Amino acid sequence: MATEVKTATRPLLGDEALALGAIDAGLSGAFSYPGTPATEILEFVARETGDGPLASAGGVSHSWSANEKVAYEEAMGMSFAGRRALVSFKHVGLNVAADPFMNSAVSGVEGGVVVACADDPGQHSSQNEQDSRVFAAFAQVPCLEPAGAQECYDMARDAFDLSERFGIPVMVRLVTRIAHTRSGVALAEKRPPRPLQPSTDYARWSLLPVNARKGVAALAAKHADLTAWSETCRWNTLDLGRSGSRTGVIAAGIAVNYFLENYGPEDSAPPYLAIGAYPLPVALVEKLLDSVDTVLVLEDGYPHIEGMLRGLLDRPRGKAIRGKLDGAAPRTGELSPDLVREALGLPARPHRAASGLALAGRPPSMCNGCPHIDSNAAIRVVLDTYPGTHVFGDIGCYALAYLPPFQTVHASIDMGSSISMAMGAAAAGVHPAIASIGDSTFLHSGMSSLVDAAKRDVPMTVMLLDNGTTAMTGFQESMVTGEALVRVVKGLGVREDHLHVINPHRKHHEENVALVKREVEHKGLSVIIARRECIQTARS
Amino acid sequence: METNIVLCGVGGQGILSISIALDIAANRLGWQFKQAEVHGMSQRGGEVVSHLRYADHTVRSEVIPRGKANLVLSVEPLEALRYVSLLALEGALVTSSDPFKNIESYPDVDEVLAAVGREPNHVLLPGEALARQCGSVKAANIVLLGASAPWLGMPEETVEAAIRELFEPKGEKVQELNVKAFRTGRSAGEAYRRCVAAGVPSRSACALAGKLKDGLLSPDAVAPWKAVFLGPGAAEVLSALGQPGQRVKGDAAVPEAILAAGKEADVAELMAGRR
Ligand SMILES: Cc1ncc(C[n+]2csc(CCOP(=O)(O)OP(=O)(O)O)c2C)c(N)n1
Repeated sequence: MATEVKTATRPLLGDEALALGAIDAGLSGAFSYPGTPATEILEFVARETGDGPLASAGGVSHSWSANEKVAYEEAMGMSFAGRRALVSFKHVGLNVAADPFMNSAVSGVEGGVVVACADDPGQHSSQNEQDSRVFAAFAQVPCLEPAGAQECYDMARDAFDLSERFGIPVMVRLVTRIAHTRSGVALAEKRPPRPLQPSTDYARWSLLPVNARKGVAALAAKHADLTAWSETCRWNTLDLGRSGSRTGVIAAGIAVNYFLENYGPEDSAPPYLAIGAYPLPVALVEKLLDSVDTVLVLEDGYPHIEGMLRGLLDRPRGKAIRGKLDGAAPRTGELSPDLVREALGLPARPHRAASGLALAGRPPSMCNGCPHIDSNAAIRVVLDTYPGTHVFGDIGCYALAYLPPFQTVHASIDMGSSISMAMGAAAAGVHPAIASIGDSTFLHSGMSSLVDAAKRDVPMTVMLLDNGTTAMTGFQESMVTGEALVRVVKGLGVREDHLHVINPHRKHHEENVALVKREVEHKGLSVIIARRECIQTARS
Repeated sequence: METNIVLCGVGGQGILSISIALDIAANRLGWQFKQAEVHGMSQRGGEVVSHLRYADHTVRSEVIPRGKANLVLSVEPLEALRYVSLLALEGALVTSSDPFKNIESYPDVDEVLAAVGREPNHVLLPGEALARQCGSVKAANIVLLGASAPWLGMPEETVEAAIRELFEPKGEKVQELNVKAFRTGRSAGEAYRRCVAAGVPSRSACALAGKLKDGLLSPDAVAPWKAVFLGPGAAEVLSALGQPGQRVKGDAAVPEAILAAGKEADVAELMAGRR
């Protein structure tokens, strides 16, 4: 029977392992904006180093930033100062940080910069399933793709080394199942941080065209060296095996696990190339192609490797490429061990039949006592009163008001979009146009839109839902709430006679409805701050 | 040795705590483990599922392939049914009978419990009632973990040690309460399975198991209980079992006395062991 042993491994989520790997690699700064499935990276850094000294005293500084762009630029400042920085966010966060990301590849880095991007294939909690590997290729930066918590830990250190060796930011691409899977991680020795030693190469960091042209050329020149590194790096391995199969497999990240799940230690798997590092190791790909007739590509996310292999001509060297583009695996959605098994042409395992009962789904819903319930109840009355009303929602718990019984959200596409979309719709002639946006989202990317709306006094009503927290992603602190938020709104140029604070509570329903109706009829900008603490934080 | 468990329930029911207890246990044994959680939106009253795999060899996939799960362990009966098709043919299903109804379209509870009762190799227990016996309704998750003991593939002492470690920050009282919940769940699960194997209807076995003191039922009590539940007074017995606070001694004397007293029986009195 099994007995207990002394183990040196620490149970960690992929996110946590990546964070600890960065800390142990000599991290000085961690910056992030919350977003599932990346949130636990910064939370872990905070837990692990919270009691220690700050970066300036040889420890680790960490913070939630106002948004991902801010977080990325803080990381670049830390790097400029010579120290190592980790910036993390969910995949769509990289869209917000795209400007500094693309340009940091051109400027390069001093202290290592690691960009942890957590993708969400299958959209467990996201608007899309964009694949950050494509973004890494676009920016021409290397990307590491861990296939488990141990690799998250080990790759974090390698990513810093690579970043400093090539003077380039390095992406670590996670997917939800890696980010949120816990397993035992063996730890390496902790390294000291780099000293404070700001770069003096101002030309490289100042991207005036005269400098940036050199930067762009230098970046392009790195590609050959990075590919040479990728050919021999420990994260890309070719195993031609003994099966003699004429179908080979290229599997990346988590798909390597789904693939190997089908073969025991004594079975011989078909020849395969496991990918954990990009740019792709071209020579290894060629070697695999040379020994098979068909290659099945298994990757979670976009058909990224598959698309590169096919190119325009579909049959590189006359070999058939299979994957998401020919239907061997589904084009969208999350990969799974069962889908991979099917793509490999193996028979399904016997399994129990479903119970036969129709099982109602259990979608997320607003909590009992949530202030958003009362805000949306008021908006509902406005909708019923003025038939032309359209509501531009945003990203947060209140987006659930799209669903019955409220149905008070008609569009919500990205963080901060509510105010600007309402402006555009108002310009098109929509009236009343309502924007509904939470405090954290407003501070993330709603403020600049409001400056614009105030300047032009756009006829629309902004419902700013101040529940005092970033609820949807797990109650991180919001930058500015309460009275301070009122001052921010005023400071952006909103007229005081059309700026109101209400308490979204059932007992104030009638007066709240009356106020919203009055402001909706106003032919200029109104802002109504609905302020009541999130019921979850209020209870705890 | 390889164990694959689907842990499920509704946000806030303590699915994560069970998963972490088992991670700790697997880690103590030096085994590999992978435990995949779903975070985020599902915290808002949505369905929560965690795939836990551990083995004395390399664990590959983070997700349990269909047909490879040994056990579905659920704190809610509707959620349990959602994952039946992941089970291997001989896999087990352990679930609480307490429905969590936060949706209008929740199916008829009797139908849900009947569907659980039709599953081969299952355990159906009133998790909350048993947890309350141990001192806190919050320990229902650990009661069900206890009922799953036969399928965990690891020594019970290791699981108990892991439970102690998990609840260490909450103090000794909480630790002991949860160890008790584990043991009670294990015994009640055994009682349930004995009854059902003997031909006691699932709902009756579930009702009885929930009221047994410490979940204990002596093997020779199974046959007379079966006679009680299949006999003419079954409805009255079930209604007595439904009384809050009712406790039943686990020896054969109780069902025998009920049978002997026939129509005249004061079932509640007899269950409590008072004559
Ligand atoms: C660019 C981007 N970053 C992060 C997220 C993840 N995210 C979803 S909702 C949300 C914040 C919600 O906070 P708030 O607007 O205050 O609303 P609440 O949930 O508190 O009601 C975040 C950060 C995202 N969807 N997009």
